[in-house]
Amino acid sequence: MALLKVTDLHVYYGVIHAIKGISFEVNEGEIVTLIGANGAGKTTTMQSVIGLIHPTSGTVEYDGKTITNMPPHKIVRMGMTQVPERRRIFSELTVAENLLMGAYTEKDKAKIKNSMDEIFELFPRLLERKNQIAGTLSGGEQQMLAMGRAMMTHPRLLMLDEPSMGLSPLLVDQVFSMIKKFHENGTTILLVEQNANKSLAISDRAYVLETGRIIMSGTGAELTESDDIKRAYLGG
Amino acid sequence: MKIIEIIISGLNIGVIYAMIALGYTMVYGIAKLLNFAHGDIIMVGGYAICVFCAMSGSRTFFFVSIVAAVIICTVLGIVVERVAYRPLRGATPIAVLITAIGISYLLQSLAQIIFGSAQRYVTVPDLGKIMIGSLGIKWSTIITLAASVIVMVSLSLFVKYSRIGRAMIAVSEDRGASQLMGINVNIIITITFAIGSALAALAGLFYLLQSPYITNTFGAMPGIKAFTAAVIGGIGSIPGAMIGSLVLGLIESICDTIVPIAPYKDAIEFSILIIILLVKPTGLLGKVRREKV
Ligand SMILES: Nc1ncnc2c1ncn2[C@@H]1O[C@H](COP(=O)(O)OP(=O)(O)O)[C@@H](O)[C@H]1O
Ligand SMILES: [Mg+2]
Repeated sequence: MALLKVTDLHVYYGVIHAIKGISFEVNEGEIVTLIGANGAGKTTTMQSVIGLIHPTSGTVEYDGKTITNMPPHKIVRMGMTQVPERRRIFSELTVAENLLMGAYTEKDKAKIKNSMDEIFELFPRLLERKNQIAGTLSGGEQQMLAMGRAMMTHPRLLMLDEPSMGLSPLLVDQVFSMIKKFHENGTTILLVEQNANKSLAISDRAYVLETGRIIMSGTGAELTESDDIKRAYLGG
Repeated sequence: MKIIEIIISGLNIGVIYAMIALGYTMVYGIAKLLNFAHGDIIMVGGYAICVFCAMSGSRTFFFVSIVAAVIICTVLGIVVERVAYRPLRGATPIAVLITAIGISYLLQSLAQIIFGSAQRYVTVPDLGKIMIGSLGIKWSTIITLAASVIVMVSLSLFVKYSRIGRAMIAVSEDRGASQLMGINVNIIITITFAIGSALAALAGLFYLLQSPYITNTFGAMPGIKAFTAAVIGGIGSIPGAMIGSLVLGLIESICDTIVPIAPYKDAIEFSILIIILLVKPTGLLGKVRREKV
């Protein structure tokens, strides 16, 4: 059974029909990528799944339950979380306080402490800057913080919206290896990227989104070989 | 001596403004709305004290009346948010503004229906004075200053170190990202209204200790002045509201000494405020928020 199943989703912004009936699924243990150009509807899709945007029609099911139109704070408590586009860390809070916000739904102090130690082990850079105001971090550090913050509750499904956006090639590699690490530790991943090359390389399956429709899907390897994909997204 | 008197009187009025300005600034920062009915919560708190004090002249009953006023205002704040503002979440700011003005008039009219339009005397106890050298300070002033400082320090610690307090900062900075953390924004907004309204009740009490008369527009002028103080401090900022209020209180106290005639005093006071805002449009501690795309 799919962990996440989206069926015939439609989203309007006023009169703009941004998502025109898309369906996809993510199975437990997979890394699935939605690739698509700027404005294809990737962020809209992610935000609809987690309840930040209300779809006009269609259903979202998570772990066998229909979660369409549930408020995000309830969906998050079911074990799904998201690293949003442009990171959206809390720039007025310190690094440690941002991580505490990530564990907002957890009341057990000892568990929070453990998670925080784990994150600091994964991202030693954040430990060094533990008490620094997050708004003063570099772009790469902010991305690490956003990922660490999302992992504080050990989500079952982690969604990442363009985590490589605006980062140097070295940092992009770090981000992708971190995603692989989360996956190896048992987290199911739904990734949204414009960087098709790197994301297809780590994906089990992928969907290609174009102006609100899924125009192609397949395994990471199949799509990497596809001539259309090469031409449109892989710069070849 | 005169200088010390001016400063004490300025601080006294300043901390009262702070009790009110904190409500404006927290609600603005977290719920992103200007609650123009906030001043009338002070009035409701004042009438609550008036009614309870009239029931018995004893001092213990005076403390009961304070607790009652705080509870009534807190509940009223929560109800106003729930009934009038929450359904308008996502509506245009102008619709919210009109609603706020409507609630303000509604509360004032209800007070007039219940208590009449004549000024009422509130039987708060006269706490007397303490003499320090040749300087006489009213006990009510000392209590107002001490209680306000305790409230402001506790509130700052609460916001900085508690889970709910951090959630308030998070919601004020980015509501969507807060929801991704599992924060129920509605609850945070309810708590914000509750805190702001409880502080407004205290402001009503402190006013009555200074001058024990009340009408249905009791909260209007303090409301506007405290709102101005919040803007001077940088609306949305908690320390800003405190500093803005103290600045306003001191300016008021100085103006009061130079020209003790109300219209002149207010005119000078607001001119100074306009100058401050011309020099620093975001307020003393206000930040220019980066636009979110
Ligand atoms: N808040 C909004 N209001 C109106 N149109 C929007 C809004 N957000 C996105 N859109 C439009 O919806 C489409 C999909 O946007 P988005 O989901 O952000 O795409 P992507 O994440 O793939 O770049 C675009 O045409 C965009 O202009
Ligand atoms: Mg996007």
